[in-house]
Amino acid sequence: MKLHEYQSKLIFSRYGVPIPKGRVATTAAEARAIANELGGRVVIKSQVLVGGRGKAGGIRLAKDPHEAEEIATQILGMEIKGLPVRKVLVDEAASISQEIYLGITNDRAARKPVMMVSAEGGVEIEEVARKSPEKIIRVHIDPLLGLRDYQARDIAVMIDLPREHWKTFNQVAHGLWRAYLECDATLAEINPLVITTDNRMLALDGKMLLDDNALFRHADLAELRDLDIEAPAEIEARKYGLSFIKLDGNIGCMVNGAGLAMTTMDIIKLFGGEPANFLDIGGGAGAEKVAAALRLILSDPNVKAVLFNVFGGITRCDEVARGILVAMQDVKPNVPMVIRLVGTNAQEGRQLLANANMITAETLADAAQKAVAAAKGA
Amino acid sequence: MSILINKQTRLVVQGITGNEGIFHTQQMVAYGTNVVAGVTPGKGGEWVVEEKIPVFDSVKMAVEATGANTSVIFVPARFSADAIYEAADAGISLIVCITEGVPVLDMMRVRNYLDQKKVRLLGPNCPGLITPGECKVGIIPGNIAIPGSVGVVSRSGTLTYEVVYALKLLNKGVSTCVGIGGDPINGTNFIDCLSMFEADPSTEKVVMIGEIGGSDEEKAAEYIGKHMTKPVVSFIAGQTAPPGKRMGHAGAIIEGGSGLAADKVKALEAVGVRVAAHPEQIPSLLG
Repeated sequence: MKLHEYQSKLIFSRYGVPIPKGRVATTAAEARAIANELGGRVVIKSQVLVGGRGKAGGIRLAKDPHEAEEIATQILGMEIKGLPVRKVLVDEAASISQEIYLGITNDRAARKPVMMVSAEGGVEIEEVARKSPEKIIRVHIDPLLGLRDYQARDIAVMIDLPREHWKTFNQVAHGLWRAYLECDATLAEINPLVITTDNRMLALDGKMLLDDNALFRHADLAELRDLDIEAPAEIEARKYGLSFIKLDGNIGCMVNGAGLAMTTMDIIKLFGGEPANFLDIGGGAGAEKVAAALRLILSDPNVKAVLFNVFGGITRCDEVARGILVAMQDVKPNVPMVIRLVGTNAQEGRQLLANANMITAETLADAAQKAVAAAKGA
Repeated sequence: MSILINKQTRLVVQGITGNEGIFHTQQMVAYGTNVVAGVTPGKGGEWVVEEKIPVFDSVKMAVEATGANTSVIFVPARFSADAIYEAADAGISLIVCITEGVPVLDMMRVRNYLDQKKVRLLGPNCPGLITPGECKVGIIPGNIAIPGSVGVVSRSGTLTYEVVYALKLLNKGVSTCVGIGGDPINGTNFIDCLSMFEADPSTEKVVMIGEIGGSDEEKAAEYIGKHMTKPVVSFIAGQTAPPGKRMGHAGAIIEGGSGLAADKVKALEAVGVRVAAHPEQIPSLLG
């Protein structure tokens, strides 16, 4: 789950990371009021969950409250990479003498979190990573011990940070680590962490990704989810515990297991078709979940055929068949449906569907070919 | 012969009284697995599966009373890390965690803890493993595989079933089939299994089933090139997955150009591995 900049920075500040003064606004009038409170120059920043906001014109400076209102009006009417801007962050403007990159993510190969730091932070950090990887310092953090003081000191030395900032940097690095750890993040990033011309250290921008699997122990964070970035079908899917991604093709797929679902998409393409979605009903899906999945697939007007590929294990094929029957009464599908049931209770499942007017298949290749033909109207 | 599990396996089921726990214990017992004990805190003293399997309050008690040497975990994700620590501290040598959705930070701590001990973890988010005709631990349906000489290792669940079933239809048997799970941090990886298959006299050929995300397949390819004398056939799922989309598995994420199926296929083919276009081609590629 992605958090907005203002959400991430608020969390960081709770862990002792200094952030600029500012607040989030949903209207231009609010933006003006905040600018008025802050006094002086402010920066108006669109809050959307995509990168490249600055380059899209979604981050701009305003010299006074009047201009803040004008700019907020414009930014609040924008779409950035297809996402509507519904909120802007109004922050005091900082004059910058140095930009540092500081981030933590999981290094799956090392099986440890890794802190990455560069003295050349800012919008071009990915360019720096590509062209001069030696300018990005990587320090692994032992997940049992946490970040050690000496590691933070070492980093400060390696990026040539002036000694007067070591103490604050130590506090920022530890704050970021604790935020990462305690929120079950998979990414916590400050870019840039700046030194201002009046010699303060400030986290100007912040980004956090949270581990969806850990949200059960963070009810407060789960509430921060922004539903704007997800297609309605994907929100509906999550409600039923389905893993669903809409794609551009015309063959709807319902499969149990992520690996098999991806393989089913692969084989549809191999035989000249295009999948309309990735859909994993998960292990042990009951009839209700299957019915919800079928309704989701059929809600896409592009779908010209549906392929069910279920290899029963923990999932029982008769349960899947019951779900299909329930959904069919409900939705009255008018596209051809190809079904392949193998494994646990496949025989019972096939019997239940004997009168359902579906095209049956034995092998995966057979099923894919029949679905591709059906979608072409053959 | 086989790897990891056989007729000597003495299994304890953690979370035995839950729905999944009891259902799959019955399946494992019916297959011939020697299930010696179950654990559910608070239910010690009960007996399950036709009153044949004793339930204990802790893994330690189960190990002391029954000599269990392997455990399989069916407890909910929020309790899984604790269940793994408990099994490791009780002296279990092989822990198989079926549970899906374990937080990644939990798994990092678990891995770093287990690395200091002589314990093998399989999973989490895995289907377990099966040595056909002898023993199965986990949820792989018993009737889809027959005994034989093909070793199978896979990151996927149901896709693995697909492959061993395709082998069975052509009368090809399996020595051991191991599902290592699809999570970014897991206990046992491809290389661990490849080296065990290489050393196992009853395994003649190996099938490795990978998927997009991470670089475990590329590392496995390097290992195969240097150390494997037995032929390896592979399949990589997600060849048509759009970049940047998360396809269900925590591990199946394509990040910034790495983890692509095409790169994995290239790395494997470069060391002589034959890569199937779809799973049903695997039996013929094995020859």
